[in-house]
Amino acid sequence: MGGNISITGLSRPLTQEYRPRPDFFRMACLLASVLTIVLLALIIGEILVRAWPAMSKFGLGFITGIQWSPNRGVFGVLPVLIGTAASSFLALLLALPLGLAIAIFLSEDFFPRPVRQVIRFVVETLAAIPSVVYGLWGIFVVIPLVQQYGAVLAAKFGFIPFLAGPAYGNSLLTAGLVLALMVLPTITAISRSSLVAVPYTLREGSYALGATRWETILRVIMPTAAPGIVASAILGFGRAMGETMAVAMLIGNSQRLSWSLLSPSNTLSALLANQFAEADGIQVSALMYAAALLVLLTLGVNIAGEVVLRHTQKATAGLR
Amino acid sequence: MKGVVFLAVIKLNSQLNSLKSMTRNFLLASLLTASVFQIKAATSLTGSGSTFAAPILQRWAFNFQKENRDITVNYQSVGSGAGIKQFSDSITDFGGSDVAMSDAEIAKVNGNVLMLPATAGTIVFAYNVPGVPDGLKLTRETYVGILLGTVKSWNDPLIAKNNPNFKLPNLPITVAVRSDGSGTTGVFTAHLDAISPEFASKVGSGKSVTWPVGVAAKGNEGVTAVIKQTPGAIGYVEFGYAENNKLTMASLQNKAGNFITPTIESGAATLASVKLPENLRAFVTDPEGANDYPIASFTWLLVKKTYTDAAKAVAVKAFVTYGLTTGQAIAPELGYITLPANVVTQVQAALATIK
Repeated sequence: MGGNISITGLSRPLTQEYRPRPDFFRMACLLASVLTIVLLALIIGEILVRAWPAMSKFGLGFITGIQWSPNRGVFGVLPVLIGTAASSFLALLLALPLGLAIAIFLSEDFFPRPVRQVIRFVVETLAAIPSVVYGLWGIFVVIPLVQQYGAVLAAKFGFIPFLAGPAYGNSLLTAGLVLALMVLPTITAISRSSLVAVPYTLREGSYALGATRWETILRVIMPTAAPGIVASAILGFGRAMGETMAVAMLIGNSQRLSWSLLSPSNTLSALLANQFAEADGIQVSALMYAAALLVLLTLGVNIAGEVVLRHTQKATAGLR
Repeated sequence: MKGVVFLAVIKLNSQLNSLKSMTRNFLLASLLTASVFQIKAATSLTGSGSTFAAPILQRWAFNFQKENRDITVNYQSVGSGAGIKQFSDSITDFGGSDVAMSDAEIAKVNGNVLMLPATAGTIVFAYNVPGVPDGLKLTRETYVGILLGTVKSWNDPLIAKNNPNFKLPNLPITVAVRSDGSGTTGVFTAHLDAISPEFASKVGSGKSVTWPVGVAAKGNEGVTAVIKQTPGAIGYVEFGYAENNKLTMASLQNKAGNFITPTIESGAATLASVKLPENLRAFVTDPEGANDYPIASFTWLLVKKTYTDAAKAVAVKAFVTYGLTTGQAIAPELGYITLPANVVTQVQAALATIK
């Protein structure tokens, strides 16, 4: 007796030796992620390569130049940059209070849950409407309204530079109004989730201390959610800057610098959409330069928005 | 060929008995479809370019394919500039352009291009002025002044002088122009350049120019929309668009001093007086005849002199011949001008040289 007989009476091991195999699933996911980053880098690279002739020819004078005349070889985008910033800013000015109000309404229980869900769904559907449909609606509805009331405003308040006449239908104001409608879903959705993320302990503590509902909303909840609301504003701004079709159809595409909201203007994306198909020679390169500026602006704004949003989530997580 | 395919089908049929019947049927169906398509050796032509010529070229393609079942023709309206580019890169077999190729562009294809006038159009001033239903007369000085911004209001004496029977309102003039680069703008500004040195120095000509005044909109459709919606607006559009959208058009003064209303006949008169040179590149920026409408232009089909694929050369010749003969009949219906007979003869002669 003796020897190597184990308790179970078997002579070979129960488990097989563990041999590590490559994790194919992980590799596939990694590949997909890297591909996305590579694609973005390639797009930016291609734009910069094509813009190089214009960049070396015009330098920074391109950004400060006022005249854009392809038939003369003169290219300058200052009015366009101002128009881009102005239309997005105007859109934000109109959409932020409205979006915030809707977000507060959706995060409190003024109305029963089904009503809130319907409103939330409708606001999010606004984001699903294609840009060109907004443009068409703007042409047939908003332009006549702006023309009519703009003429009245210009007549009465024309001494204010922002409302100086003559009032055009295709103007900065029209584009700003329609853009506001387009960024409203973004602002509402993100603000609502920031408001909802404020922990109940803060709400209940505030009520326990005797604050009214509105005091709680305005003094406790909104300041806590403020970074998220700021992030929504920045992301909305970024969205407004990139909007193309609706703006190209409504803004009047004019290169002239003007203070008035009621005169036509231009944005970088509208410029590109309008002129790219028929451009040749140095004009293509100049348009690519404008595209590079647009990418820089929108990427910059979106990254800033993401950073602020990330910071918010960390901040409110610590409160729970 | 068909027999071989048929035998293959039978053999495969027996081998497929082991698979599920649905898969077998699918494979059978696709093999049969493939054998059917073996019969036709279709030539396909692709073209792209001018948006102005697109409606008529696409109609020609449609009608031509009905009569010639073994040739497919496809035309996409991407703009004259892109059309020339794609034709030069041999991405397309033919191109359409409102502005003939420049010498530099011809050099890029080593001269392997023929520019054939296919149809023509006129550019009109369409306006929307309350109180002026039809028949506004504009002298050269007036319409250049409107475009440069020196004539700012409808009751300006310059306009009133030639239109005594209208009560012109005290309304500011809103000029509607094109925001996108286009052959229409190219032709229009070429005419203005020819008649006004002031315009040539201040604005110049080209597919995309900076207008000193006005609201710019995208495409002929955009300009039409601005004109229709803005009382006191005036803008330039293709004649076909103005006709189809029932816009009121102004009569312009031509070089001879007469006020000509834009119609198919006045446009045809302009074209008839043009003498096409050897290379068929003619720009009629300021026609001289007494009844000529001042702003008219051909639109060209760009074809190669030598095609590497002989079947394509035959197909291109057949298509262009169709357009020049039967196709001209539908031009007025779509708002284009029928090519005069002498032009057709010259173009057909040039077409015969394609191999």
